[in-house]
Formats: sequence, C-alpha cells, structure tokens
Amino acid sequence: MRRSIIKPVVSAEEAVKSVKKGATIMVGGFNYGGIPYTLVDALLEQGTDELTMIANDTAYVDVGHGKLVAQGRVKKVIASHVGLNKKTGEFYHSGQMELELYPQGTFVEKIRAAGYGLGGFLTPTGVGTVVEEGKQVLEVNGRKYILELPMRADVALVRAYKADRMGNLIYRGTNQNFNPAMATAADIVIAEVDAVVDVGELDPNTIVTQGILVDMLVVKGGSYYASRT
Amino acid sequence: MLPELDEQIIRERIAKRIAMEFNDGDVVNLGIGIPTLASEYIPENIQVIFQAENGAIKIGPAPAVPDLKCIGAGGRIISLLPGGSFFASDTSFGLIRGGHVNATVLGALEVDQNGDLANWMVPGKSVPGMGGAMDLVVGAKRVYVAMTHVTKKGAPKILKKCTLPLTAVGVVTMIVTEFAVFEMWNGKLVLTEIAPEVTVDQIREHTEAEFMLADEVIPMKGVEVA
Repeated sequence: MRRSIIKPVVSAEEAVKSVKKGATIMVGGFNYGGIPYTLVDALLEQGTDELTMIANDTAYVDVGHGKLVAQGRVKKVIASHVGLNKKTGEFYHSGQMELELYPQGTFVEKIRAAGYGLGGFLTPTGVGTVVEEGKQVLEVNGRKYILELPMRADVALVRAYKADRMGNLIYRGTNQNFNPAMATAADIVIAEVDAVVDVGELDPNTIVTQGILVDMLVVKGGSYYASRT
Repeated sequence: MLPELDEQIIRERIAKRIAMEFNDGDVVNLGIGIPTLASEYIPENIQVIFQAENGAIKIGPAPAVPDLKCIGAGGRIISLLPGGSFFASDTSFGLIRGGHVNATVLGALEVDQNGDLANWMVPGKSVPGMGGAMDLVVGAKRVYVAMTHVTKKGAPKILKKCTLPLTAVGVVTMIVTEFAVFEMWNGKLVLTEIAPEVTVDQIREHTEAEFMLADEVIPMKGVEVA
C-alpha cells in the first residue's frame, strides 16, 4: 500500500477494517499504559477473530486488548507477561489458545529487528533456560548468545500523544513503551492519539515516530481508560 | 521449625536489608512486592537512581496530581525526579542488557547453590511469563533475591538445584530472607548473616542447598533485637 504524505484521520471503526480475520496484529502498551484503547474496542466490536496478537502483555480481562483474549478472538498470543489476565492462562491451559513467551527485551528487539531491516540478533538473555529451546546458540568471544529472529505483523495498533497530519508522532510519559518499535514493523500502522495538529506544529526535535511509518490516524475516544491515560 | 514472624515484619526486614546494599549513584531496578518496598529504606546519605523497565529513569513517588500516563512497571503511578527521562522499551532494555543498571532486586520461587534462579512459571499451574526478569538478571551487575526462606508449606526455597524452569543460570549475587543473608562468593554459596530468632543449625535444616559459613556469621544487619 502506498502511503500518502497527508494521513487520513478516520474513525476507529473505519481504521480497524484493515484488520482481517486471521491477521497478525501488534498492540502497543505495558500494563494499562500506552494501549490504543479506542482501536482495540472498535476491533472487538467488529468481531474479527482468529487473530495472532503480538503484545507485551494481555492487559486485564476487562481492560484494553485483554478483552480480545477474554472474548475468544485470539488464537495465539505472543507476549512477555500474561499473568494479569487470568483468561490468557486459562485458554492456554485448556488448549484453545497458543501462547509464545519471550523475555521482554527480546520481545521488543525482535520487533525492532524486523522494523530496522535486520536478519536477527544475538542476546545473552535466556541462555540456559527453556527460552533457548529450538534456537541456535552461538558462542562469540567466549560468551553464549541466543539467535533471535525478527517479528513483524500485518497491522500495528499503536498509541501516541499527538500526531501531525503527516503522521509524525510524539509520546508522553511511559506511554511510549512498545509503540515506537511496533510502528516500524507492520504493513499497516494505525496510530491512536489524543490530538491531531497541523504539519509544522510539532517540534521536530521531539518527534519519535516518523510520519512515513504511519498510515492512518484516529483520535482517541472517551472510554474510561482512553480518556484517563 | 522456624519461628513464625509477622508478615509485615518479614517484608520490612528483607526490604531494609537489601536497601543497605545500594551504593551512592547506583542505578537500581526493583521488582514488584518486597523489592519495591526497598525504595523506602534508602539510607539518607546516599542517592539511588531508580529505573522502571517500561521506560523511565529517576522515578519517584506518585505526585499530588497523578498522571496516568506515567506508571511504573507494577502499574503504580510514578513521578519523575529532576534529571529523569522517559523512553521506549527498546532503549530501556538496552540500558538493562547493556550493563548500565547496577542492581536489580526481585522475588524468586527457587534459588540454588549455583546462583541459578526460577521465578517465572510453575508448569501446569501458572504461566505468568518472564516479563523483564530474564533480561534484568542477565544484564544487571548485581542481582538481589528478596524472598521468604521457605514456602508457605514450609519447604526450602534455597535448593541444591532449582526444579522449576530457570530464569537464568549463575546470576545471583545475594539472597536475603527474613532469617538469613547468603552471598555467592566465587561461585559458592556462603551464609553471612542470620536473624536473632534462629541458629545456624536451624538455617541448615531449612535450606536444602549446601553452603559454607563466612569466617564470621554476623547478626542480620538492620534487625533490631528486642
């Protein structure tokens, strides 16, 4: 898909039409911070299922993308921590959902590697644990490293503070978390923001995500978490 | 039997003892639970920089006007102290894996005499995931384990060899329980301090791991004797 210079500002309902049944999606957020709440709710409403969801955690049963898991829309979760959403563990143990876990630093670096055009990377994290199972372990200068491969998605749902009409994004507080990396590693990137401003209004020194990475903008809605975080 | 201590006393004692290990200027990451409590016992003469793996450094307590865009790794609202900054997770784990964090404090289900620890899953029961723990214990220069000496059922948690899936191999610097302090010295587990309520023999009885005794096993620091 060719991206225009000026990005469409669309409704959440319109934006999530690009998420098809069986798609691999990335969802930004850590705990309850930096989650694209409005997009996730629209996706839930749309009813799309069989999703593979790449997200650091699965939030809570009734919060954010945790609801996608709890309502059975996800066939596979790829995450680093899922302990706060009891449905994730329940569905994993009952065999109705797959779960793939990575150490958090490895999780984000896999996404970054995909977005940054790398074929993989070597990390000491997980050596000697089940994390190394089925992976190449290489010794470099006398230290063991696991070869981890890039990870990308069809659609990334990210959360930022403000966007300009070109899709340049700035973030606020700890809401950045996985969002900037995810914005580099998906075919379609949808950014939910508190506000959209005119081109030139954002200080170029503070822009974290370049507009060329973003396809669509959605202004956050008024749900409990969207409005408060 | 080990004496029964009040839950609050256990938490405070462990947190307080661990806080004594920080040096002025240390960059420290605290896990949730007892480790977080250690931030309340930092000696007055030193300054420690707390890092949160979700993307903040030099974090402080919740401000008068809470901002839900600023949270710590456990979900608590935080503030940034002067000189602090926010950043993305890839940067955060670069700081962690890159050896720029001096100390990490975390809980454990099991630790063993090799310095291995297990704290992220119980097969068939609970799979919360490792979160940032594996990166933290591999990347931080010093790894402190804060945990109760035995399980709720009274079984030892300091073992010859961990039975649960490992978080990392050979990374532990110090184990602090409510009854004892152990350190890893040249790959060997050494008992260095014991609490006033217990004897070395009692510690031995409730510790499966083989350990050596420090030349002088001293009373656990920070514990006020009644």
